[in-house]
Parts: sequence; C-alpha cells; structure tokens
Amino acid sequence: MCRHSEPLDRLRMPAPIRLRELIRTIRTARTQAEEREMIQKECASIRSSFREEDNTYRCRNVAKLLYMHMLGYPAHFGQLECLKLIASQKFTDKRIGYLGAMLLLDERQDVHLLMTNCIKNDLNHSTQYVQGLALCTLGCMGSSEMCRDLAGEVEKLLKTSNSYLRKKAALCAVHVIRKVPELMEMFLPATKNLLNEKNHGVLHTSVVLLTEMCERSPDMLAHFRKLVPQLVRILKNLIMSGYSPEHDVSGISDPFLQVRILRLLRMLGRNDDDSSEAMNDILAQVATNTETSKNVGNAILYETVLTIMDIKSESGLRVLAINILGRFLLNNDKNIRYVALTSLLKTVQTDHNAVQRHRSTIVDCLKDLDVSIKRRAMELSFALVNGNNIRGMMKELLYFLDLCDPEFKADCASGIFLAAEKYAPSKRWHIDTIMKVLTTAGSYVRDDAVPNLIQLITNSVEMHAYTVQKLYKAVLEDISQQPLVQVGAWCMGEYGDLLVSGQCEEEEPIQVTEDEVMDVLETLLQSNMSASVTRGYALTAIMKLSTRFTINVNRIKKIMSVYGSSIDVELQQRAVEYNALFRKFDHMRSALLERMPIMEKVTNGLTETAQTNGEAEPMKVEPKLLSTAPPSSNQANDLLDLLGGSDVTSVIRTVPPSKPNTVGGELLDLLGGLDLSG
Amino acid sequence: HLMQFMLLFSRQGKLRLQKWYVPLSDKEKKKITRELVQTVLARKPKMCSFLEWRDLKIVYKRYASLYFCCAIEDQDNELITLEIIHRYVELLDKYFGSVCELDIIFNFEKAYFILDEFLLGGEVQETSKKNVLKAIEQADLLQENQNEDWGSLSADDIL
Repeated sequence: MCRHSEPLDRLRMPAPIRLRELIRTIRTARTQAEEREMIQKECASIRSSFREEDNTYRCRNVAKLLYMHMLGYPAHFGQLECLKLIASQKFTDKRIGYLGAMLLLDERQDVHLLMTNCIKNDLNHSTQYVQGLALCTLGCMGSSEMCRDLAGEVEKLLKTSNSYLRKKAALCAVHVIRKVPELMEMFLPATKNLLNEKNHGVLHTSVVLLTEMCERSPDMLAHFRKLVPQLVRILKNLIMSGYSPEHDVSGISDPFLQVRILRLLRMLGRNDDDSSEAMNDILAQVATNTETSKNVGNAILYETVLTIMDIKSESGLRVLAINILGRFLLNNDKNIRYVALTSLLKTVQTDHNAVQRHRSTIVDCLKDLDVSIKRRAMELSFALVNGNNIRGMMKELLYFLDLCDPEFKADCASGIFLAAEKYAPSKRWHIDTIMKVLTTAGSYVRDDAVPNLIQLITNSVEMHAYTVQKLYKAVLEDISQQPLVQVGAWCMGEYGDLLVSGQCEEEEPIQVTEDEVMDVLETLLQSNMSASVTRGYALTAIMKLSTRFTINVNRIKKIMSVYGSSIDVELQQRAVEYNALFRKFDHMRSALLERMPIMEKVTNGLTETAQTNGEAEPMKVEPKLLSTAPPSSNQANDLLDLLGGSDVTSVIRTVPPSKPNTVGGELLDLLGGLDLSG
Repeated sequence: HLMQFMLLFSRQGKLRLQKWYVPLSDKEKKKITRELVQTVLARKPKMCSFLEWRDLKIVYKRYASLYFCCAIEDQDNELITLEIIHRYVELLDKYFGSVCELDIIFNFEKAYFILDEFLLGGEVQETSKKNVLKAIEQADLLQENQNEDWGSLSADDIL
C-alpha cells in the first residue's frame, strides 16, 4: 500500500461526499449528459478512495456505487470492495458489503467464491444479525459450489432453538436443495420437529422447505404424508383461534401460512385416498368460513379450490369448489375474475358439468375490458360448447369475433370452425357460420382453414347452390380478405353452373349471368389485393367454367393465352397447361374438369369421431392409403395433379363415396376433443 | 415455485429497487427490466393486476407514484402475491412513517434491508409485521453502537 501523502495532507483531505448528498446532487442534473458527468466524477473519486484502501469510508463509497448501479451505470470495480466490507468486523460494513454482493456479484463469475469463507465465519458469528446477513445472502445468491461448502452450516442452524435463525436457515436450505438437489437427504433429520414450533416464521418457512422436498422426491413425499394430521391441526387452529394482532390481516389469522399449508396439503393429498380423506373436513371448513370481502380471504379460497380440485376429494367438495369459482366470476374485483377463469380452465375437462352451470357468466366475461380475462373467457367458452348449446354459444362467439382485438381473431376463428364441425345442428347452419367467420375475420383465418372449408363444402352436396350464392355475394362486396376470396373463387369454379341457373332452395335465388361471374373472377385475377395463391385459385376456377358455362369458352381461352406469359411463374405454368388442354387434349377436358367427388379427409389418421348430438365417441381408423390413379389413361395423370394439386390437400378417389345418413352427422368429424387449454 | 424477481419503479420508468432471486447477467437483467417496465406502464387502469409475460406471471400494483412488480412462476398464487406486496409496503410505511417514493430513493439501502428481513430466496420468511420491524430496529441499533471508529458520527452519518 502506497502512502505518498503526509499525515497532515490526509487530515486536510475531505471525507468522501455522503450517500444522501450524492443522491441529492445527482437528482439536480437536468440532462442525461449532466448526470453522466456527475457520475463519472464521483466514480473517479471513489476509485481513488478504493486505491488508497480507505477503510473508514469504504462502506459509504460502496453504498454510493450501488446507487449509481441502480441508475444503470457500471459498478464492477466495486466487487472486491464488497468482499472487503464483508470481511470487516463492523456491522455497517457487513450490511453494505452483503447488500453489494447480492447486487454486484454474480455466481457465474469466480470472484463470488471468495465470499465463501467469510460467509462460513459469519454463519457462526456471535451476533444473530450477522448470522442473518450470511444466511440471507447465501439463500439468495449462493452458487452450487458455495452451497456444497456451506450446507453443513445451514443444517446446523436449522436445528437451533433460535427462531430468528431457524426460519432463515429453513429458506436457505430450500435454496441449497434447489441448487444441489443431491444434498436434500442431509436436511431430513432436521425436519423432524419443525412443525412443533409455535413461531409462525419458523412454521411458514418449514412448510416451504417440506414442500420443496416433497416436490423433488416421491420418497420424501411418501415419508411426509404422516404430517397431514398435524398440518390439518395447525390450519384448524389458525381458523378457529381468536384475533391475534401479530398475525392478523383483515380478520384472518396469518393468511400466508394458511396458503402454504393448503399448498403442501395439496401435494400430500394428490393420488392418495387416505390423506385426501383426512383433509376433507378442514378444506370444507376453510371453503365455507373464509371471509370473501377482501382479497386476502379470496387468496385463501383460491388456494383451497386448487387443493380440492387436485386431491381425491368427494364430489360434494368438488362442487363446492367450482361454485366458489362461479362466485368469483361475479366478483367486482377483476383480479378475482381472472383467477377464477384460469382455475375453471384447468378443471373444465374433469368437472365439465359443474363448470357448465356457470356458462353464462363465463360468456359475459368475453365483454371484459381486460385482455387476459377475455382470452381465458374465450378458451373456456370453446371448452364448454356442446351439441345442446351450440346455437347460443356460437352467436356469442361470432359477436366476440367481430369486436375483439386482432390478436384474438385467428384463435377465435379456428375455435369456431372446430366447434361448428363437431356440433353443427344442420348443414345450412354450418355453411352460414363459416360464411360469417370468413366475412367477419376473413383475413385472420389460418391457412389450413381454406382446404378444410373447401372439403366441407364439397361434401355438403345439397348445399352447393346455396353456398356458391352466398360466397358470390360476399366476394362482390369485399375482395380484400384472401381466405374468403379463395374459397369463393374455388366454389365459383366448381358450382358456377348452379349459380347462373338460378336454382337455390335455401334462399331466394339471385340472377347472375355467366359474364358477371367471369367478371368477378377476372377482377380477382387482376386485383392488387389478391395474393399469388388467390390468383391461382381464380385462374383454375375460370378454367373449370369452360365445361360448366356454355357461351364463354372463347373468353376463357383468351385469358389462358394471356396468362401463358405471366411473370408469375405459377400462373404461367397453369395457363400454359390449360392452353395445352384446349389445344391438344380437348377430348379429355370435360372428364378432367368434372365435379369434385366427396373427399376423405387426410388427417394424421388417428381418430375419427362419429357425430352424435353433443357427445363424441372416438373410433380408431387406419391411416388410409389413397389411390392417386384415376380410371383414365396415364397421360392424363400428369395433368391430374395440376387440378387436384396445391389448392386442395385431398385427392380424387376411385372408390365411390360413402353416404353418411344422420342429420348433422354428414360432416365427417375426424377431430378429437377440443383442447384449447393454455 | 418461486418469486424470480421484484422490481420497484416510478411512473417515468426509473428503477428504485431491484431484487433478483435467479442468477442472470447484468445485461439480461437490464433487458428484462426495460421490457417489463414498458409493458407494465402501458397497462390501463381498468386492467387486472396480472399479466403473462414470457413464461412468467407478473403481479403488479401501483402505490402512489411507485409500481411494485413481482415475477412468479406458473404454480404460484397471484392473489397472495398481492398480499405479499402489500405487506412490504406496510413495512416500509411503518419504518419510514407514511412512506413515499422519496424515502425509498434516499434510503434505498434500508428498503433492501427491510425486504431481506421479510423475504429470503423469494419466499416469505416472517409473517409477523412486528417481528420484521423489531429485527430491523435491532440491526439499526447494532449499526449505531458499532460506530466507535467513526468518532462522533451517528449511524446516519456513516453513509
């Protein structure tokens, strides 16, 4: 250590500026630049203080450094100084030193290991507040190496009768176990009578420690099951005991401890009949007696509900739990509504009927202003849709689809499609619903929706005229939504003849001429708003109309010859091949452009559900090997892919289509249960 | 099942306290802080106190000019976390006497000391308000009594 300056100079040197003074000064800076300048100046001063090994004011300098660090400035040059403070015998030094260690040191840097010895000494210090600092630091940021070195000390302190230290040791042990799970065993003996403590701090941290151990080891879990009666007793005392000022929160005694006990009980009761039975009464008691006017009571109820739902509770208790959630949904406090929806989402599969009873309240939550609440309400709504409520629910969901934020639209549209497929009461209703989704949120619909919808429409044979009519009208109004326009173009190509024939049973047929249909398709082909894929659809549709329309073949030929030199390669290829069809294979044209037969949906081939009203029974179906060869000649195969091609994922079969027979069952439902949970 | 971190920041987004219970580099901490502060400050008053952010649940509450923001894990009880935040505010209030943001700015080290007597490793270590305050009081006294080396300086003047 160099001492160039004389003792006299030293006396004359001013003490480093005080922490609060520095804070005051820095806050007067009017610009970022000004602040930076002040900081740099002070840092330089602090650095020289450090260099001169100024013991007296080290803690002041480090404290200032910590303030500047919080403002976002680098402070790594203070790391070693923190270690020196920790090693000091002065309590103020240790306090600031440990704080600095927790803020500036990082377990990824080796320098933190230099703390280990100091912490070890301090864990054995004669003053409990010093021991406390050490336990806190270790339990907050101890690395695995440190934990390994010091676990023994922590274990010792876990057995002390000093509750101030015992509670900290318990949480420190939790940290050690998280960092070095193999060390868990060594803490087992010390847990023996942790729950006998009267001190709430020790009780709380002990419950946390036991929870951690149970989570990590099934053996530990089995071992600690015997604590259930004791835990039940403690919880009972908390509820039944009179007012205790020390632990009271709005009339509830130690809600923090209650919640942790409930959580541990959950773990112990899970999959275990005896334990679940042993806690049944206390859970019912907490569920019915807890005051619900404030958040604190609801926090306990919430934890209780989670426990009831997770253990093997009686059905009566489960219904009680769901009703609590139902009441939560009506609470003015949006936080409560939020947790209610989250919990209901978790239980909707297992306790479906009970949750159904709260359906209307859940649907009301779709109108909530909070994004998270809306999302949960949406997911839950989809989970609750069944054959009985499909019409009402769909009305609400379509309304929601219309008004919701863009971030929801894709999921909502998908959900509606799935629900409609499963539970549509009639084909017309199904087509109408799809139309509404396409017109409301057409641009948010997922890519796979288009081929799925096309298949659906194809298979609804008697609805073809109605469908193409509706789509035609929708496309006339709006050509910007690509999925809508693609499905529309495809239908116009397929069923254009029905459209112009004016035969529609479901509603008033409209008067459309072949030219008008061609106009719309050409508009799609040319519009800037049309995606490349859409143009492909339109071109193919136009080609198909060559066999369905009587008068406009020349117009079609002209279009094909023009697009034969399109700069869009995909369109060019199609047009060239369609031209070839006109010129060289005209005899095959009508066969190739025939109406699409009913398609088998190619799924992952795992399950196919038979459609019955509201319930779905899964049937196993072998993955189908679909034949790609049509009855016609080999040469036509090359052209087949083009028409069956990228537009639609399924292929033409040689096997005659099976005719489904029940109302609502015509729609081949190959999707398993809805799983929209989070 | 752990509180991963707690942040206190002003309505202008200035950080007043940061307690991290998971090991992250300074760079990562800054990034998280910046993003989260922005997200929370963008929330409207009518929204609930919880939001999903990355794979964490964020619980936040504003007390006057300060936002208290905790990141908890999926299994944790959001409602009790609100109570934890509230308890911490009560402790600060008792200690400083009608606490305001300025108290925490000028006495940030004390805010940390109090937090470290209430939580340890992200979990509640003491559920009695009285006991937490008593411990802080005693530690402050210890600081006071050990200042012989500073001559006539009082505990407050050491820093």
